[in-house]
Amino acid sequence: MKKTLFDKVWDSHVVSSVENGPDILYIDKHLIHEVTSPQAFNVLEEKGIPLFRPNQVVATADHNVPTENQHLPIQDALSRKQVSQLTKNCDQYGVNLYGLGHPYQGIVHVIGPELGVTQPGMTMVCGDSHTSTHGAFGTIAFGIGTSQVAQVFASQCVLVAKPKSMRVVVSGKLHPSVQPKDVVLYVISKLGTDAGTGHFVEFAGNVFEEMSMEGRMTVCNMSIEMGARGGMIAPDQTTFDYVAGREFAPKDEELTAKIAHWKTLPTDEGATFDTEHHFDATDIKPMITYGTNPGMGVKISEHIPTSNDASFVKSLNYMGLEAGTSLLNMPISHVFIGSCTNSRIEDFRAAAAHIKGKQKSPDVSALIVPGSQQVAKQIIAEGLDQIFEDAGFTLRQAGCSACLAMNDDKIPAGAYCVSTSNRNFEGRQGQGARTLLASPVTAAAAAVAGKIVDVSQA
Amino acid sequence: MKKFTLLQSSMVPLTVENVDTDQIIPARFLKATDRKGFGENLFRDWRFTTDGETKEDFTLNQSQYSGSILVAGNNFGCGSSREHAAWALADYGFRVVISSFFADIFKGNALNNGILPIQVSPEVLQRIFAAIEENKGVQATVDLENQQLSIAETDIAVSFEINDYKKMCMLNGYDDIDYLLSQKEAIEAFEQNRS
Repeated sequence: MKKTLFDKVWDSHVVSSVENGPDILYIDKHLIHEVTSPQAFNVLEEKGIPLFRPNQVVATADHNVPTENQHLPIQDALSRKQVSQLTKNCDQYGVNLYGLGHPYQGIVHVIGPELGVTQPGMTMVCGDSHTSTHGAFGTIAFGIGTSQVAQVFASQCVLVAKPKSMRVVVSGKLHPSVQPKDVVLYVISKLGTDAGTGHFVEFAGNVFEEMSMEGRMTVCNMSIEMGARGGMIAPDQTTFDYVAGREFAPKDEELTAKIAHWKTLPTDEGATFDTEHHFDATDIKPMITYGTNPGMGVKISEHIPTSNDASFVKSLNYMGLEAGTSLLNMPISHVFIGSCTNSRIEDFRAAAAHIKGKQKSPDVSALIVPGSQQVAKQIIAEGLDQIFEDAGFTLRQAGCSACLAMNDDKIPAGAYCVSTSNRNFEGRQGQGARTLLASPVTAAAAAVAGKIVDVSQA
Repeated sequence: MKKFTLLQSSMVPLTVENVDTDQIIPARFLKATDRKGFGENLFRDWRFTTDGETKEDFTLNQSQYSGSILVAGNNFGCGSSREHAAWALADYGFRVVISSFFADIFKGNALNNGILPIQVSPEVLQRIFAAIEENKGVQATVDLENQQLSIAETDIAVSFEINDYKKMCMLNGYDDIDYLLSQKEAIEAFEQNRS
């Protein structure tokens, strides 16, 4: 029988199936962070049971950490307690923790790939919906709730029904100004935020084949924003080259053997999907969102659509925007370049290339937050920090930061923020904040111009 | 987990679509290390202004609506995987959420916390909203054993889907973790076979 990439990885991880119920799916790697793990550790404590496979768990502190003065104790008492609880739990249960101050600390979905923890053909979970990011490696990776975090602690398995399969094919030649973020925002704007619900999505076609691993991560990261459990891209030479040589990646003969196996994973010719969508790459242009879900996006050259739907009207009211108008040249006051979607070195190279030799607008506050300590180090090694500093951007330390504004990095009420993060929900970046999702290049250009610009026209 | 068998209650309507878990419980309230007290901040920014004043037009603040059944617009619970959203709903007192569509992770989290997500057709959902508007205290009956939802004084009586395993867990108050612990031998054998 012809199998999809998803089928191959899923089927090889099923321990058994409950009759008329879910599968028991074995999990290779479990990533945890401070916000969604404490209650799961409490379950182990209450039940008096051990953590079954501590060597398959990797922990970091990212959601709730400050992005400045990370060498000092965290000022916010609740945040400090949550982060120190993670340290205590990891000590007690023998989990490898890359906490604040560790050279490997960073956003959980940035450090997994960076350290070679993420590898093709694996199953991975984390108490975070953007776990879908790791699908860029041909990995089944999805977000879980805290009860499931406890289940994986206890058994290295989750109970989950096998999702349906969907393929999204984008083929043709992309305009040079179009970034991976634009491609995924375009797809979500066409399909909507619930199109992928109940599905795992494989992204296929020359556009994804030609993308770097970091671009593929941006795309798979956002697959949850179309409702999908996760996204996947077939592993190929680009994947193998990225994984080889990383800290926890297989080495020498083991790597050779693994690569031989990884080469068998791509979807068989003739395998079928429950749903399939095709898009023409030449139709994609730099994108921006205008509403309060990631599906509410348009090409920057287009106008905001019109609709009488109550939820649509509520959304535009929140955003302070009018249906039928253009966002082009609209003044903005904040720019955030960071998050598990766009905080890898290529994102900062792309932003720096646009910023170099220019100044940010005096009316804009522009925040650059690297995804990990290693990315931060690389920014300095490549001299990008100087470009950001000269242009008036603020470079911070690694963390989730203004993507979800759990720490002090908040956008003020009513302010417009062009953000490279993944969600434009009401209040996501701070109470009353108005988020416009875009690529790092569009965000950098907005910071310089003080307004929304179309980088395809530059 | 609390058992769920039969529930009769009035309903609280929330007609907004695509309600994401950031609205159900904003990120700034996720700093706790236990599961208690999230109900206080359920729909925080829709219930209260930034100054902490009650927003009278929000459904939870309208005294004519009450009960342990939330009826919500399409695609409820999208976005973040935070189980805090399910904890907040349960802590506030909701045992059932009815919608025409649920996001995957939320649905799983709800079931793991004794909240029954009931998916109905968009047409039935509109009829339920209309029935509540007609009579704000109208009673709904949820019968899990027979997978039936009915609304008093109307002809709304529909069956709903739930897989046999999850139904058994809800009816008996079983947690997934206990089931998985009972499968330890099979899991160890699986590990042995693949290495």
